[in-house]
Amino acid sequence: MVRTQYRKPLDSEQVSVPTGQVFVIAERCKGCRFCVEFCPEQVLAESTGINAKGYHYPVVESGKEDACINCAFCKLVCPEFAIYTEET
Amino acid sequence: MSGELMVQDHPLDGLLRADRLPHIWCPGCGLGSIMSCLTSAITESGTDLNQHAIVSGIGCTGRVAGYLKLDSFHTTHGRAIPFAIGLKLAKPELVVTVFSGDGDLFSIGGNHFLHAARRNIDINVICVNNFNYGMTGGQCGPTTPTGARTTTTPFGNSEPAFNLPHLAASLGAVYVARWTSLHVRQVHHSMLNAIRKPGFTFIEVISPCPVGFGKSNEIGEGLDEMRMYRTNSVVDPDADLANAGIDMQRDSPIVLGDFVDIERPVFAPSGVDRG
Amino acid sequence: MVTAEAEPRVLTGQHFMNGDIAFAEGALAAGCTFFAGYPITPSTEVAERLSRRLPKLGGVYVQMEDELASIAAVLGGSWSGAKAMTATSGPGFTLMMENFGLGVMTETPCVIIDVQRGGPSTGLPTLVSQADVMQAKWGSHGDYEPIAFAPASPQEMFDLAISAFNAAERFRMPVFVMADELVGHMTERVTIPSEDRVSIVNRKRVPAGSEDRLFYAADEDLVPPMPIAGEGHAFHVTGLTHDERGYPAGDPLVHDRLVRRLTHKVQIHEKELTQVEELMTEDAEVVVVAYGAMSRSARQAVMVARERGIKAGMFRPITLWPFPFRKLRGLANQVNRFVVAEMNLGQIAREVERHLRRPATWVTHAGGKMIPPEEVLLALQETAR
Repeated sequence: MVRTQYRKPLDSEQVSVPTGQVFVIAERCKGCRFCVEFCPEQVLAESTGINAKGYHYPVVESGKEDACINCAFCKLVCPEFAIYTEET
Repeated sequence: MSGELMVQDHPLDGLLRADRLPHIWCPGCGLGSIMSCLTSAITESGTDLNQHAIVSGIGCTGRVAGYLKLDSFHTTHGRAIPFAIGLKLAKPELVVTVFSGDGDLFSIGGNHFLHAARRNIDINVICVNNFNYGMTGGQCGPTTPTGARTTTTPFGNSEPAFNLPHLAASLGAVYVARWTSLHVRQVHHSMLNAIRKPGFTFIEVISPCPVGFGKSNEIGEGLDEMRMYRTNSVVDPDADLANAGIDMQRDSPIVLGDFVDIERPVFAPSGVDRG
Repeated sequence: MVTAEAEPRVLTGQHFMNGDIAFAEGALAAGCTFFAGYPITPSTEVAERLSRRLPKLGGVYVQMEDELASIAAVLGGSWSGAKAMTATSGPGFTLMMENFGLGVMTETPCVIIDVQRGGPSTGLPTLVSQADVMQAKWGSHGDYEPIAFAPASPQEMFDLAISAFNAAERFRMPVFVMADELVGHMTERVTIPSEDRVSIVNRKRVPAGSEDRLFYAADEDLVPPMPIAGEGHAFHVTGLTHDERGYPAGDPLVHDRLVRRLTHKVQIHEKELTQVEELMTEDAEVVVVAYGAMSRSARQAVMVARERGIKAGMFRPITLWPFPFRKLRGLANQVNRFVVAEMNLGQIAREVERHLRRPATWVTHAGGKMIPPEEVLLALQETAR
């Protein structure tokens, strides 16, 4: 997936934007949607399915499989320790 | 690359009593986020986990001690700070963090906060300010904005609220910062500063309380309040703290930042040569 | 700055010492390394003495902003491994009730001396009373079984400080010493033994580094070994009802089991704990029950009664709680006339009557002065008829 970049960073040869893999512990999610709302790359969406408590947990939106940049915002902001990312 | 992978464990579980999750806090409450910031800050600080002690009082925030896999003490309402002082003075090598709420620290526990800050006792205090007594169902507290509705101020709160950073700074706290539970990176960073800084440090973290304060004041869900944080927050470390009060109105600013970072002699019991 | 170890911990030798100061020295002899307190007449001399002595012994003296903070800091100090104490009087004692309960629930060893003064309220700050003894028994909320000693002299202030710390360490709980203004402020001979003759009990400790263990699973003596902060246990301590792991538990069954253990751990050791002095009770026909400073007046009354041919004796509880009812009942097999003399309007008197299941003659006074021996003598004479 080619990133559309409006201004070319000076160090774009040396520094590559990291890519990340999203991991979800669905049963812990309480559906607060913080991760979905505040992911800087809008990678996440609410699942169609629900967990045992009836909450929609986060999933990677179709088409966004490569969008995660492993910034770990979701990991920190999640109140339930239900999501994290790792660099790939 | 693939979509999300379903797993059972979280990298921060090591610092948690994961067997006690899911925790009791409501969906949309910021407490979990703030606790996650503390676990990641402690991890990054490189300090020996065995030397950390967490002391909390009573209230929703008081339950934090029960979820952290550290020496943790869930004490009585308002008395977390003096308990922490006893822990610290009897074993100075401990890193002692008090993690409690606005009511616990500034209403019933206010006198202890005053004196611990005055004396610059080497403990870190984190106050999760959700503007009301959440655990008991959403009553008015010492930081509830004037005019705000709670279960005990049905006609709107008639009292002025504490401005916590202003108060802490005026008492001589050597490090004072305020963020919201949306500003997780800054919270993490401030907690790191607090762990590393000797003396009495204070961090206020504003948090949604959708079931209590949020519902009573048409702020709606936790996410709605987090959106308010995003739009209303003004990061200004050099702000005049006297004007940094918060009224949580639709459009009024929430002043955030690392406000104070000064040096003062750290408290040691008189006469003891701690070397 | 003061360098530590400039003075011996145990001041072996003969002293002419004020009671409060003797208590401070007893605490040091028992191994006390932490004092957090707030000045209040008539207990302040304990704090003053320790503010000078503890720093020289590498211990911690810290004055807190109020009694709430003082007892909280004592509990914290204990969880860092210190033998910790505070000293107060009626008003402060009342403020400490909630966190005394936290100490009971979390099984935190420490010592609280209440140098009783006239009450209620501000009362008679500089004068004696014994009117807090039932508060020690019932003052906090919830069911609990306190341990409380009642010194009757500066020597016993020294001795019972050691008993109190040993009991606190042995049973892992806050222990009261119910002194009073007279005993606290009088000066008498105090003999301090050599260090090797001071019996010391230390709390059972959890070996360092043992994680994920049932920290609140008790041994057969109903007392669990105690972990200390900073040793890698990652334990959790809470005032909430908790299970054997120390985790909060809301189950009434868990609650009942826990609270019964916390009370039974004292009750099943009642014989070992209770100390009593019996004066001329072998052939007594009337016995006065008195404790603390009041027992000095009662002792005199018994002597004079004996001179007047009245077979009187004294039963003096040195341990108030748990009340030495077994010894009292034993005495009641041979004696059926009892007088109770105390500087309050009748508190231990009720306990005596409860255990004897019949009335006793009360000699009471609301406090401010010692009830003179003559009044006790009068009661002995009337009761003996």
